[in-house]
Amino acid sequence: MQITGAQALIKSLEQQGVETIFGLPGGAILPVYDPLIDSTIRHILVRHEQGAGHMAEGYALATGRPGVAMVTSGPGATNIVTPIGNAHMDSTPLIVITGQVASASIGTDAFQECDITGITMGITKHNFLVKSAQEIPRAVAAAFHLATTGRPGPVLIDVPKDLAQSMMDWWYPTTIEEYDLPGYRPEVALDEEAVARAVQLISQSERPVLYVGGGTLKSHASRELLAFAERTRMPVVTTLMARGAFPDSHEQHLGMPGMHGMYSAVTAIQRSDLLISLGARFDDRVTGKIPTFAAGAKVIHVDIDKAEFNKVRIADVAIQSNVASALRALDAASAAPQNLDVWWKEIRSWQEQYPLVYDEPLAAGPLRPQHVIEAIARDAEPGTIVTSGVGQHQMWASQFWKFEEPGTWINSGGAGTMGFGVPAAIGAKVGRPDRTVWCIDGDGCFQMTAQELVTARAEGIPIKVAILNNAYLGMVRQWQEMFYDERYSEVYLSADLPDYVKWAEAMGCVGLRATNVKEMRDVIDEANSINDVPVVIDFRTDSSEKVFPMVAAGASNDDIVVHPSQRGGAK
Amino acid sequence: MTPPEPYLGVLDHTPVRHHILSVLVENKAGVLARIAGLFARRGFNIYSLAVAPAESNARFSRVTIVVDAESAPLEQIVGQLDKLVNVVAISDIAPKDALERELLLATIQTDVDNRTSLLDIIAEARAAIVDVDAKSVTVMLAATPKGCDDFEKALEAFAAVELHRTGRVALPRLGKMASA
Repeated sequence: MQITGAQALIKSLEQQGVETIFGLPGGAILPVYDPLIDSTIRHILVRHEQGAGHMAEGYALATGRPGVAMVTSGPGATNIVTPIGNAHMDSTPLIVITGQVASASIGTDAFQECDITGITMGITKHNFLVKSAQEIPRAVAAAFHLATTGRPGPVLIDVPKDLAQSMMDWWYPTTIEEYDLPGYRPEVALDEEAVARAVQLISQSERPVLYVGGGTLKSHASRELLAFAERTRMPVVTTLMARGAFPDSHEQHLGMPGMHGMYSAVTAIQRSDLLISLGARFDDRVTGKIPTFAAGAKVIHVDIDKAEFNKVRIADVAIQSNVASALRALDAASAAPQNLDVWWKEIRSWQEQYPLVYDEPLAAGPLRPQHVIEAIARDAEPGTIVTSGVGQHQMWASQFWKFEEPGTWINSGGAGTMGFGVPAAIGAKVGRPDRTVWCIDGDGCFQMTAQELVTARAEGIPIKVAILNNAYLGMVRQWQEMFYDERYSEVYLSADLPDYVKWAEAMGCVGLRATNVKEMRDVIDEANSINDVPVVIDFRTDSSEKVFPMVAAGASNDDIVVHPSQRGGAK
Repeated sequence: MTPPEPYLGVLDHTPVRHHILSVLVENKAGVLARIAGLFARRGFNIYSLAVAPAESNARFSRVTIVVDAESAPLEQIVGQLDKLVNVVAISDIAPKDALERELLLATIQTDVDNRTSLLDIIAEARAAIVDVDAKSVTVMLAATPKGCDDFEKALEAFAAVELHRTGRVALPRLGKMASA
C-alpha cells in the first residue's frame, strides 16, 4: 500500500495506541496535520509549544503511558526544548515530533530551520533525523521503545517536510530486531550475587531506611514496596519525585527527605546504618553536603541505569534492575534486618518533637499558604491529582498534601521548570478525565504558562488552579531574606497586576478570589461545584511565609533549620 | 591588574592517567557528535580519538578513545558512553594490556649538509620515506605512541614543515581479554 510519509507517521502513532497529541502546526509540519483530520487521534491545539511539551509530560505522569507532542521546525522546535530538558531530568517518557525543512534545504539556513537534533542531543535519551519516508515507521516504533523501556526519557523525531510529502510502501516493525537498535539493551539479568550481598547487609542492619526515588514509580513497584516495607518494618522516605509511591497515611512513612524534607526523614537518613536506595539518584537537593550525607550508612543502590552507581555516592552493593524486580528478589531471599524497636523509638521521638507546623491562620488574612493547601486537600476526593510549578508553593504542596497512590503528584523535580503546573494539569486531566486535577501554583509560575487555560477552555478540560499569590517570586525572596541580609533584588511581582480574576475570565474560565479564611472556604466550595470549565482562584497569601524545615544549599543535613516555633529546644 | 593568562586546559600527557576505550558504534550520521558532546557536557577529557569503519562491516565503525581517567572515574565514562543508543559495545583496555600504534607523517626540509644525519634518524626509527624532492623529505612512522614521541623529538633538530599524528588505535595483547 502506497501512502505518504505524513500518513505513515500518523498511522504509526495509531499503531502505538496513541490517543492524544498535544501540538501546534506550522510550515514544516503542515503535511502531517492533513492526515490528522482523518485519524482517530485527538489533537489538542496549544497556544505555545512549551505548553504542548508539559501537557504531554503531565499526561505521561498521570497515565504511565508516553505523552506525545508535535510542533513545527525552527522556533516551534526550540520552544519545546524546555519540556524536553525537563522530561530528561525526570525520566519521563515523552515523544516529540518536530517538522524540519526539506532535506535539500538542511544546512542552508532556510526559513525556520534549526538543528533541533543537535540542540537536543544532550537532553534526549535519543533522537532521530529521518532520512527517508520508508524509515518513518521504524523511527516511531523505535522511539516508543526507547522512551518507555529501561530508564524512560524523551525521544525526538525530526521529519523533513519533503519526506512527509513523498510516497512510501506502508509497513510496520513487528519485532525488536526491526527497530534496528543493536546498541540498546535496557534490561540485564539480576545479579544474584549482588542480591545475596544486599541480603547480608540488611541482616546486619539495625537502623535501615528505604530511600524511595522516582524509579519506584517508573517501574510501578508500589505494591512490591508496600509488601517489602511492611514485612521488614523499615522506615520509608519518598523523594519529591516519588511522592505517592508509598501512602502518606502509612505509619512507616516519614515523608519527604531533602532540603525541605521532614525533620524525621532527613534525620533518619543521617543516622541510618543502611540506606536502601530504590530508583533514587542522590540528588544534591536530597544529600545536602555530600561528605556528611548519611556518613555512617552502608548503601545498597538499586537502579535500572548503571551510570547512576558511584556517581555521587559509592555503593556498597549495586543492583542493576528495575525496582519491582529487585524488591521481589530481596523478598524471595527473605531479607530481614535486626530488631528495629530501638530505631523506631528514636524516629518516633523526632516525629513528636518536630512535626510539620506552620503559624496559626489569621481569620482576617492574609492567608497562610499551607492552610490553603490543607483546606483544598481536606475537601478533595480521594485520588485527586495535584500538579505544581516550582518554588515555595511546590514544597508546601509536597509537604501538606497527603498522597496515597502513584500518579497523583506531578511536578518538575530535576529541572525545576517554573510554569510547569498549568499545562501539566491539563495533560493529566486529558489522560485521567475521571479524576479531579488541582494545580497548586505560584503567582510567578502562573504568569509563565497561563495562556494554556485558553486551550483548556477551548478543549473542554476542566482543571482547577489555586494560585498562592504572595506577590513575590517567593523562594528567591526566601533566600534573599535568609542569606542576602533581606536585600530583595527583583523579586516583587505585585498581587494585583495582573488581575488574576479578570485574566481567568478573559480566558473563558471562572475566576475567584479569597483574601480571608471565610472566603477561602467559600471559593473552594464553589470551585468544587464547577465541573465544566476551568477554575482559577487567586488566594492572597502572606509574603513573609517561608518553607521549613530547610537545609541551606551546600550545608550538611545535620544543620537542618526547623520552623521558628520549634527552635530553642534540644535538637 | 594584569589580565589572567588564557585557560589552556589541564591535559596532562603522563600516560598513567590514560585509559583506552575501543568503542564499536553504529555508522550513522552524528555519532561522533554524540560522543564528543557527551564528553564535553560531563567534563570528561579526550586525549586522542581515532575513527574508521570496523571489520569490513559498513554498518559499524570503531572509535578508539584515549581518555584522561583522572578527569572522571572510568566507570562513569563507560557507563555514560554505554547509554548512547548508537554505541554497540565498549572494550576497556588497561594501558599495560594494550598494543597501541599510531601513525606519524612529517615533511622535513633538508639540504646536502644535513641529509645524511636525517637518513640515519629515519633508519634508526624504522620510519619510511614516502616522498622526496630537492628541498624536502616526507617520512612516515607507524609505532607506539612513545616511539612516535621519540621520533618527533629527534626531528626537532631539523626544520619540520608539517607534522601530523593520527592518535592511537589499540587492541588487547593476546591472552589479555578486554573487559566489556
